Amino acid sequence: MDITINKKSVQKGKEEQEVTPVFNINNLNLWYGQDHALKDIKFDIPEKQVTAIIGPSGCGKSTFIKTLNRMVEMVPIVRMSGEIIYRDKNIFDPKYGVEELRTQVGMVFQKPNPFPKSIYDNVAYGPRIHGIKNKKVLDEVVEKSLRGAAIWDEVKDRLNENAFGLSGGQQQRLCIARCLAIEPDVILMDEPTSALDPISTLKVEELVQELKKEYSIVIVTHNMQQAARISDRTAFFLNGEVVEYTDTSTLFSNPSDKRTEDYITGRFG
Amino acid sequence: MALINKESVKKKMGSRIAANNFAKFLFILATSFSLLVLGVLLFRILDEGLPYLSLDFITSFASRLPERAGIWAALVGTIWIMTVTAPVSFILGVGTAIYLEEYAKKNAFTKFVQINIANLAGVPSIVFGLLGLTIFVRLAGLGSSVLAGGLTMSLLILPVIVVASQEAIRTVPKEIREASFGMGATKWQTIRRIVFPAALPGILTGTILALSRAVGETAPLLVVGALAYVAFVPENLLSSFTVLPIQLYNWTSRPQEDFHMLAASGIIILMIILLIMNSIAVYIRNKFHKRF
Repeated sequence: MDITINKKSVQKGKEEQEVTPVFNINNLNLWYGQDHALKDIKFDIPEKQVTAIIGPSGCGKSTFIKTLNRMVEMVPIVRMSGEIIYRDKNIFDPKYGVEELRTQVGMVFQKPNPFPKSIYDNVAYGPRIHGIKNKKVLDEVVEKSLRGAAIWDEVKDRLNENAFGLSGGQQQRLCIARCLAIEPDVILMDEPTSALDPISTLKVEELVQELKKEYSIVIVTHNMQQAARISDRTAFFLNGEVVEYTDTSTLFSNPSDKRTEDYITGRFG
Repeated sequence: MALINKESVKKKMGSRIAANNFAKFLFILATSFSLLVLGVLLFRILDEGLPYLSLDFITSFASRLPERAGIWAALVGTIWIMTVTAPVSFILGVGTAIYLEEYAKKNAFTKFVQINIANLAGVPSIVFGLLGLTIFVRLAGLGSSVLAGGLTMSLLILPVIVVASQEAIRTVPKEIREASFGMGATKWQTIRRIVFPAALPGILTGTILALSRAVGETAPLLVVGALAYVAFVPENLLSSFTVLPIQLYNWTSRPQEDFHMLAASGIIILMIILLIMNSIAVYIRNKFHKRF
């Protein structure tokens, strides 16, 4: 664990000069049966920044984020072409195991989805499936992850209680903690606040700001204000294409594409 | 311009409410009828059986003298059969259910297998008895033994366990599987640590209910060759045996009135066993029931 922290702090110094991409996406196409859901997607996702993906319903933003950890393959009729390079490796390479990818690229889902287990076991699940049995290490990972997800103080006295006893917002932060427990490199968030009330949403947004110091974050949101508030770069998806991808401030103040402007000013979508 | 005529609505009101009350009355009647039948049955059995019920009755072997006859051999035989049936049917049934739900491709062949399993659950039990007779007793040469009987019973309840387990596995929400896969868990880890524990209450409930069906079954074991008169308890898996329902059937078919009373006492014992098994099923369902 210490080693990881050191590596991260070293990288932090480097990153101020140049932004290294964690993902390079090249000519990614995806079909659900006959339905061409993603068309020639091509862009880079920078390290230790928040990349927001916005767009109207059905534009392929959720599909896209799920290609990054290959969760999209759980739909049986999916076909893909093109490549996604994650830190110099093509994730579609048959030699690159999907389990290995997902230990590096964690995911937080739209609806809070804790396991029907205790709070402790939820967070310890990731380390356990990766073979960590030492109780002391697990205890530390659980505490660190729950602190990292800003929920430690709320749950520290009830770690053995069932996670379903938590409120929706707490459950979602628990899911974020569960994701942090595998010490990922990238965190994918698929509309993580769409099922939450405004106060819980605010907490998660603050948390994202905190997390980007250590993790690269990709967040899908249907809430443009949220994208504007928390992201560094924003991609606007429409009908399976990337219409515009640039700095968040530029995209919202001075969009170069007419369709982006129409969307962010609320003319459609 | 109102499209709805308030007058006619008012006129209809009375008959709607009358129909509502009539429906309620009908359902109460249906329930009371079944309760009444059950009550009469229970009363008759308790009335006839209680006088003969004693510790001696439980611990004695069958006898041609009613006052000395007991159900010890049948009781132990039932327990033996269950010790074979429960693990065999649980392991095979749950294994099949996991394969069908988690691994099998959803194609025409899987569908065909599914339909056939569901149909098997409705096949008369005597057919399973004939199957057991052919395969276990004759082909495998097990004879009319506890093992052959237990395996035949496993076949009988296997479809029920498979279907119940599949249902239980299907109720585990997709979201928590995704959460597990999303953390780099393998399929087996996801099944073992997430899907199976979440589905276990449903699986156990189904299994226990299926087993309690097996406890009351007579036909397949008669065909397999369970004995009607046994004055010993099975010593190993290859011993011959009898079970409670067969013993009861044997007693009720005798002319002497006293044996009918004995049968009633045996039914009380059988019902107590079933009641205990069903209570365990209900307990498990309530205790481990998880809301998602």
